[in-house]
Amino acid sequence: MPKTPVQFRINGTDKAVFADGGQSLLDVIRREVGDTAPKYGCGQGTCGACMVLIDGEPHLSCILLAEMADGRSIETASNLDQGGQIHPLQDAFMTHFAAQCGFCTPGMLMAAKALLDKVPNPTREQVIDAISDNLCRCTGYEPIINAILDAAQNPSRRSA
Amino acid sequence: MLEFRKDLFANERDDNLNEVGKPTQRQDMAGHVTGRTPFFDDHRLDGMLHLKCVRSPHHSARIRSIDVSAAERSPGVRRILRGADVPVNLNTLLSLLAFGEDDEPSLATDQVRYKGEPVVAIIADSEREAWEAVSKVRVAYDPLPAVFDVEEALKPGAPSVNPVYTRNTFTYHDKYDHVKLRFGDVERAFQEADFVLEERYQMSPIEQAPIETNGAIAAPEVNDRYIVYTCAQGLFFSLDTTAKILDLPSNKLHFIGGTVGGGFGGKVDSLCEPLAVLGAMLTGRPVRYVLNRIEEMQVSAPRGAERHYIKDGVMRDGRIIARKMTVYFDCGAYTRLTSYGALKCVAHLPGPYTIPNVSADAYCVFTNRIPATAMRGFGVTGVDFAIECQMDKLAHLIGMDPMEFRIVNAYRDGDVKAHREHASNTALVECVQVAAEKASWPLSDAARAQSSLTGGGGERAIIPDTRLDDGGVRPAGWRPEGTLPPGTRAPSRPQVTPQPSAPRPPPIAAPQPTPASPPPAQEQVPAPAAPQTPTPPPAQSQPQSQPRYARTRFSTVFGTRRR
Repeated sequence: MPKTPVQFRINGTDKAVFADGGQSLLDVIRREVGDTAPKYGCGQGTCGACMVLIDGEPHLSCILLAEMADGRSIETASNLDQGGQIHPLQDAFMTHFAAQCGFCTPGMLMAAKALLDKVPNPTREQVIDAISDNLCRCTGYEPIINAILDAAQNPSRRSA
Repeated sequence: MLEFRKDLFANERDDNLNEVGKPTQRQDMAGHVTGRTPFFDDHRLDGMLHLKCVRSPHHSARIRSIDVSAAERSPGVRRILRGADVPVNLNTLLSLLAFGEDDEPSLATDQVRYKGEPVVAIIADSEREAWEAVSKVRVAYDPLPAVFDVEEALKPGAPSVNPVYTRNTFTYHDKYDHVKLRFGDVERAFQEADFVLEERYQMSPIEQAPIETNGAIAAPEVNDRYIVYTCAQGLFFSLDTTAKILDLPSNKLHFIGGTVGGGFGGKVDSLCEPLAVLGAMLTGRPVRYVLNRIEEMQVSAPRGAERHYIKDGVMRDGRIIARKMTVYFDCGAYTRLTSYGALKCVAHLPGPYTIPNVSADAYCVFTNRIPATAMRGFGVTGVDFAIECQMDKLAHLIGMDPMEFRIVNAYRDGDVKAHREHASNTALVECVQVAAEKASWPLSDAARAQSSLTGGGGERAIIPDTRLDDGGVRPAGWRPEGTLPPGTRAPSRPQVTPQPSAPRPPPIAAPQPTPASPPPAQEQVPAPAAPQTPTPPPAQSQPQSQPRYARTRFSTVFGTRRR
């Protein structure tokens, strides 16, 4: 089967892979790059567990062809904590019990980060809108919304 | 938000709580928020193969032939599994507790009984190649009549779904086609009631829909063992099920799990683990068998459909004096856990209310729908939906506030419910009072003054004369054989469980045992000591031909199990 060379930057590191025809970006990230933070939940772009940022924009990597990431910069949830220092969003998710099984969490965090990078002080409605692509079956959405608002509003947490 | 109401039952509880009421960080939270929690599918193993199943497109059909020749030649295919490759190709989950007969194949051989039933498993180098080979398997089916409705399935002449239970009902205690509950005399009470209301309620199947789909990765380990990464909710339950189906000693299996990406009951059926391990045994390579979302939604077991008929007799003052229920659990094509759900249902009836006359028949019915399994209070949640709808209708019927109506009928400490156990630590009255307060729902002073601690017991603790279906009467105070007064432990005694003989006798509508003399009262006066010749100890019961110890213990929910 013909393979396509694809180059991208992921979490600050340049990568080159050979993608199968029709291979999803999610599959390339999980299997070729070895970053298992983005999850397979539906393969149909409906659950949001596979959400990554591409050039800062949230995308559902399970329905993106790997070739479409060529030359782009990808960020996943495993890049949020840096040098042993967790990101304010991660801190807020922990404090607010915004994860139960943890399977939707990497996608939720990326949706939240995309929002806060653009809108540092979002309204509750903006937060709800930002995570409306992401399904959670355990905790319900309230703790997640509260965590994102807390991360945005609490300056000490922001500088944590 | 957690709110502690220390004013409620303050005298009952040790308030020196160390953990309850204080937030404690979960030990797995850091892994979750950093995306580093290792779920089963996050394990990458060298040389991993992928397993996908050919599934029945029919609800019911005889398999005429299976042709895998084209699939065998398909690129990347390493092995094809058929039913004959599965060492023990018939299982039921609760056989681990000796409850129920083996009735479900891992891979269908002669017949399919629900749409999506696996027939052939393909193991290939990649998921895509596995799917391509799946599409090349040719299965010739002769479609058969199917039945999708519980009451249709019980009619004479209905298609027989499962060859182990030919009358489309699960068999309890080796002979009964349903679970029966009798307490008091509902028919007499209906005649005495001011109003009688009979309604029908129905609930569709509900998919647990975890974000992580079901699956397992199995790989050869050292010393002829197999390592299995899985999202199974019951890790050792799954291990033992796999050991049984593959006819392996359980110490040959090394299961790693406990990290479940959402389960809600949908990850107890252990459908992926046996085939993944079998694939690893036959190929010597790691094998990954993961359902995709379509399979998760359409094939993995949901909470089953339920239908409830409730007939209540109620007095103008609000007291429900009789409740009669007929409950049908749609089991789907194979038993899985529905048989147990029906037991839970009957143990729970008539809901959290003290009703002096209760009668119920609960059926676990086979249909050609997807087999049902556990989901969050299965057997109880659906029946509570029906009961609480009925409670609102009853309150409306007699012109009573629905919250006060529940307080009037709530069970209280000291009451005896239909399962003939004493109620303790009841709290429905307080729940209703707090809910009303939170919702700014006006309650009368009389209702606000009620308490679960008072008003129970006395007449409400009496087990009434119970009218049997054959016209006989069980005397007041009767308890099922083997049950003991609350707080006492059951003595261990040998159980001899007869094997069902073939051919299976026609099911009989739960006959009533002859009225037994009531068991000794709790505080029986000891017999006066008198000189007598020593009597030999009672003869031991006959040696057990088939020691199946767990069956009776598990199925007598009323007996030795306490909530």
